[in-house]
Amino acid sequence: MKDIRFDGVGKTFTTRGGAACVVLHDIDLTVQAREFVAVVGPSGSGKTTLLRMAAGLDQPSAGEVRVGGRRVTGPGPDRAVVFQHFALFPWKTVRQNIAFGLRCQGASRARQTVAVDRYLALMGLDDAADRYPSQLSGGMQQRVALARSYAIEPDVLLMDEPFGALDAQTRTVMQEELIRLSRQEPRTVLFITHAVEEAVYLADRVVVLAHDPGRLREIVDIGPTRAAEAWNTRPIHEVMELPSFTHLRTRLWRLLRDQIRPGN
Amino acid sequence: MAGLKRRPGRYESWGLSLLGLGLFLGVWQVLAVGMTAGPQVLPAPLAVIETTRHLLVAPFAGHTLLGHLAASLQRFGLGFGLAALVGVPLGLAMGRFGWLDDLVTPLFEALRFVAPLAWVPFAVLWFGTGIGGPVMVIFAGAFPPCLVNAYRGARQVEARLVEAAQTLGAGPLRIIVEVLLPGALPAIVAGLRVAAGLAWQSLIGAELIVAGAGLGFVMVQAQSSLSPQIVMAAMAAVGLVGMLIDIALRRAEWAIRRQWDQLA
Repeated sequence: MKDIRFDGVGKTFTTRGGAACVVLHDIDLTVQAREFVAVVGPSGSGKTTLLRMAAGLDQPSAGEVRVGGRRVTGPGPDRAVVFQHFALFPWKTVRQNIAFGLRCQGASRARQTVAVDRYLALMGLDDAADRYPSQLSGGMQQRVALARSYAIEPDVLLMDEPFGALDAQTRTVMQEELIRLSRQEPRTVLFITHAVEEAVYLADRVVVLAHDPGRLREIVDIGPTRAAEAWNTRPIHEVMELPSFTHLRTRLWRLLRDQIRPGN
Repeated sequence: MAGLKRRPGRYESWGLSLLGLGLFLGVWQVLAVGMTAGPQVLPAPLAVIETTRHLLVAPFAGHTLLGHLAASLQRFGLGFGLAALVGVPLGLAMGRFGWLDDLVTPLFEALRFVAPLAWVPFAVLWFGTGIGGPVMVIFAGAFPPCLVNAYRGARQVEARLVEAAQTLGAGPLRIIVEVLLPGALPAIVAGLRVAAGLAWQSLIGAELIVAGAGLGFVMVQAQSSLSPQIVMAAMAAVGLVGMLIDIALRRAEWAIRRQWDQLA
């Protein structure tokens, strides 16, 4: 399993007028192997840019990103991405979508079938195997996208507000599913979200970004509390009512509110 | 007032089309019979139909009408198929790779304003007057819409589908074949329909100048043997076959668009 290291990473875009716009400034962050790190921050704090640089879809203007010690220069199947709007291939069935990455790796038919069946079952998609994405609800589509990413057995999973497009109920179910999946298949995860509750519920550590320019504000450790109170084995509504949970949530809220308040 | 803008019903529509055709043939017949110049200038429609029936069984300039049609269709198929085979992949690749776009576009933008028939002298010089010359002229006519539509279709494929494929480990070829091609398919088929029309027109033009068989060749031969009713029979065949090709491709276009709209 690989780790993700951001070393002095900065990203500057040049606007059409020629002005430089600093999106991210001097980010130092390490996501340990098998660690689940969530990144929260006000919009414009460069959360998504951070993820895209780890994916190799954007290049940093300063510093470097290393995954498993190797410098990231482009996208690769060791780092699977789950996008907010699923990005499923609309002309492929659920089964074909999940098998896509395996086919890219040149996996044999038999291996593809085994892996696809396994993730269909794991994500509760058995009945949907031969349907097209447009025939599925948003929650089901995101299950397919998760299955597609897990199926290539990546070292690192990069999730860009994966549940942001789902309704509140579906979202809660998916959060629980993701905890279950992470328990069965631990991976190094970088999870972008703007929902503080989601970050506290899912992550071992929550990174708070400040904006203008996007920079590291604080890192809040959730892992010890999670382990001590066995969050991962309890239902989500129960966890979210624990005093420790609400305490952490409030602390993160405060950190974020300071960012958003004008004149800061 | 609303009645004026009402679309005619299905049967009314058919009726109006037949009425238009009937009026056209009627005026033509009256003009042809009433004119003093005689059938050498304007053969009557009934005479043209009679000639067509005759040409279906009796050879003219070496072949029956169907034989000439077969020669024309063969060249059409070759030229059009070649244009699609080169134009579609090239257009898709240009939509994917900026450097290829920059490399080809200026040249292409200039060349596509050279009318297909302007290639006839070189077509004859390089490929002769048998199959090669006319095929090259058809190619010149059909190539631009194949390329342009594939290119535009590829550009309209959502960027995150390409990014998803990249992060799942797909190489450039797989992205073109499995993401851009299906994503651009409705645009491509629309382009093929336009290309087929232009190819059919260019073909007849080319056959007027080169070739030893074909509908265009029939026209030239009939003109020099002072048989205007044969010229008209060939013109009618050109129009009818062109219309049938267009109808077939339009159906394909509709079918694919409908299916793709359902998937989207």
